[in-house]
Amino acid sequence: MDLSLETRTEGDRTVIEVGGEVDVYTAPTLREQIIALVEAGQYHLVVDMERVEFLDSTGLGVLVGGLKRVRAHDGSLALVCTQERILKIFRITGLTKVFPIHGSVADAVAATG
Amino acid sequence: MPVPTVELRFTALPAHVRTARLVAVSLARRAGVADDLLDEVRLAVGEAATRAVSRHRTSCPAEPVLLRLTDTGDHFTAEVVDVARDPSPAAAPPALALATLAETAEQAHPDADLDESLPPGVDLAVIGGLVEDVQVAAGPGGCTVLMAWPTSAGR
Repeated sequence: MDLSLETRTEGDRTVIEVGGEVDVYTAPTLREQIIALVEAGQYHLVVDMERVEFLDSTGLGVLVGGLKRVRAHDGSLALVCTQERILKIFRITGLTKVFPIHGSVADAVAATG
Repeated sequence: MPVPTVELRFTALPAHVRTARLVAVSLARRAGVADDLLDEVRLAVGEAATRAVSRHRTSCPAEPVLLRLTDTGDHFTAEVVDVARDPSPAAAPPALALATLAETAEQAHPDADLDESLPPGVDLAVIGGLVEDVQVAAGPGGCTVLMAWPTSAGR
């Protein structure tokens, strides 16, 4: 399945709902979406990964790049993910310490920072 | 020497990495790799294929990447072979690659480097973190990543 992206606003957060496969082929589309949001002044992003079926290190690189971009504007990038197969790569790479990871979009929106 | 079950040769393009993953998982399932290991096969073969594609695009974009999948009876092996002539020294050790990744991710100042390419070696660190049985053979004429998983016959 290809990548799907939908964005919506919840309070002062912009939620990016990602579905499908994020790999070396599709990750540039996610990167462009994040860059477009930051350029439009959206600095508090929630990336909802509950419908992601596959994520590799290229996808991680895009999320890390997004985090750097929003932090340059004192923003934030939080993840929503409860899928073990997706969380695994965050654990292996130590990025669970870098990204706030929440169990639901509501939790991520309610969290500060 | 077991006969390869399937060999897939693909042009070094990102679009074909997904095909490599799909074929590997399909054959791993057929070979009797446990269901809970199939996600590892998918991710590890994807990382190795992505790495090979990236190396070819830098060094020899016209050359295809080879994925060799073998059912040895008690194991399923996936071998990703690139022929990238890499003049650079070996990639950073996995622990260093991951430390660099976490460090760069923490950079928050406005003039932070926005380069999104991962530190060298993160791909192999992910494979090493996923797969117990992995061998990387790197030489001046290319690199082979050989990964193995037990099958139901081998457990």
